[in-house]
Amino acid sequence: MHQLLEEIFGSELIAIIIASSLPLIFITVLVIFAVLLERKVAGHMQDRLGPMRVGYHGILQTIADFFKLIQKEDIVADTTDKRFFNLAPVLVFAGSYAAYAALPFSSAYIGSRIDLGLFYIVAISSLVVAGILMAGWSSNNKYSLLGAMRSAAQIVSYEIPTVLVILSMVMISANFTVDGKGTLSLMEISEIQTSSFWNWFVLGGAGFSLSKFLLLPFTMAAFLIFLISSLAEVNRTPFDMPEAESELVAGYHTEYSGMKFAMFFLAEYANMFAVSAIAAAIFFGGYQSPIGYLGNSLGIEWLVPIEQFFWFSVKGVFFVFVQMWLRWTLPRVRVDQLMTICWKYLIPYAFVNLTIIGIISLI
Amino acid sequence: MKQYLLNTWEALSTIFIGMKITFGHLFVPAVTIQYPDVRVRLPERVRNRLYVNMDDCIGCLQCARACPVDCIDIETVKSLPTEDLGKTSNGKKKALWVTKFDIDIAKCCYCQLCVFPCPTECIYMTDVYEFSEFGRNDLVYKFATLTNEEAKEKAAQYDVFMEEKERQKAEAAKAKAEAAEKAKKEKENEENKEDNKDK
Repeated sequence: MHQLLEEIFGSELIAIIIASSLPLIFITVLVIFAVLLERKVAGHMQDRLGPMRVGYHGILQTIADFFKLIQKEDIVADTTDKRFFNLAPVLVFAGSYAAYAALPFSSAYIGSRIDLGLFYIVAISSLVVAGILMAGWSSNNKYSLLGAMRSAAQIVSYEIPTVLVILSMVMISANFTVDGKGTLSLMEISEIQTSSFWNWFVLGGAGFSLSKFLLLPFTMAAFLIFLISSLAEVNRTPFDMPEAESELVAGYHTEYSGMKFAMFFLAEYANMFAVSAIAAAIFFGGYQSPIGYLGNSLGIEWLVPIEQFFWFSVKGVFFVFVQMWLRWTLPRVRVDQLMTICWKYLIPYAFVNLTIIGIISLI
Repeated sequence: MKQYLLNTWEALSTIFIGMKITFGHLFVPAVTIQYPDVRVRLPERVRNRLYVNMDDCIGCLQCARACPVDCIDIETVKSLPTEDLGKTSNGKKKALWVTKFDIDIAKCCYCQLCVFPCPTECIYMTDVYEFSEFGRNDLVYKFATLTNEEAKEKAAQYDVFMEEKERQKAEAAKAKAEAAEKAKKEKENEENKEDNKDK
């Protein structure tokens, strides 16, 4: 991809700039689609219709909303801490955008081919916590502060089971790498799960060995733990206390309006897709097709990366849909319940899971 | 420990049950009615906006008196005997010009009490319910068929007629008085004559 862009534009700098802004275009399109999907799913799950007036069945609704948000007045309250108030949405969005650098969209495109992809994503997404805390504190509003505190507590707690699960999946990948050391690169993890859905890590990894069938229940459990804790990490229902609209108005972004609010919104949906994409990459083969490629069977080589991009988006959007599905199924948990779920249930399970997967991988 | 595992199992299984239910609802037809495009059929005797069929109105003021919130304002002028205002659809003769028939629908409480007393059934509830306006004064509906000028003209005509009548009456009275005077005088004269004769 980089080489192609370099050939087209003849300059490395332009190629890098374009390549690094591609995920931004992807995020914008995705958010416009995901917000509409969310509203439609919400509507139909409650036997309503959702937006219907703008375009056919309301498909242009989010575009109209986007233009509305651009036109809105940017209100900054007098008592806010202006510098941090203005910095916070940028930081939150930067945190979630940075995670896209290590996501493999297809075998031809990945922002950065670093070996520590997963570690980088886990680390950089913590920047979001700082941004949220900054937003809540500088707003000088008790609801914002409460939301931000909850958010910080929640994200920090739930990072532990997430990391434990990611670690166990990296241990499984050690069975399949050449040097037997495992890999943290999402690209390589996706490559391991190639050719068929049978090779997906959620089904225990590639091949027909005994260890695959031994691992299968534990990888399934690992996936469940990851799904639950990723929900909490992106502040989605049932763990949406940081922005619980019925108790905290809108949590840490109560005081924000116009484009700054849109930044938080964009970051939230970008985060949703990011964790979905990570789930897809480490459990469901990432950009790999579950049934084989049309490009390979037809002999058209350039079609394969496009198909891979398609599969990556489909898997990601499916997990985004699962998050929406859960949102309209479950009520919000209390703060103490949130902490109970994390420290008393998810972390012990994730730890036991990690141990068992480690032992099975060793034998 | 047993309780711990049971809790886990219960949480997971109930979540899956809930997810099954909500997923089923994705395919349940929506109950939403797309209002301006699709409308609910109203019941037969709904009470909405009032309408007055002025062709049938005889200006009897019964509706205005029945109204509990005084939202009907009627003014009438008597017609001249020479004028023929026609008949209502149920055969009543119209005798009054209705120069003003205003209904302030903003005050109306949709009680339908004005509808029953009407002798010609000319005021009734329609099924129109979309009549919002930007100004409260725009909700005063004027049903009178006469224009302001016409109404003034009719009033003036009636005044002229009444004046005429008054004058005629006065003249008649005067004539009568004169006649009575004359008769009295004649009578006196005659009596005088008779007296003279007697003398």
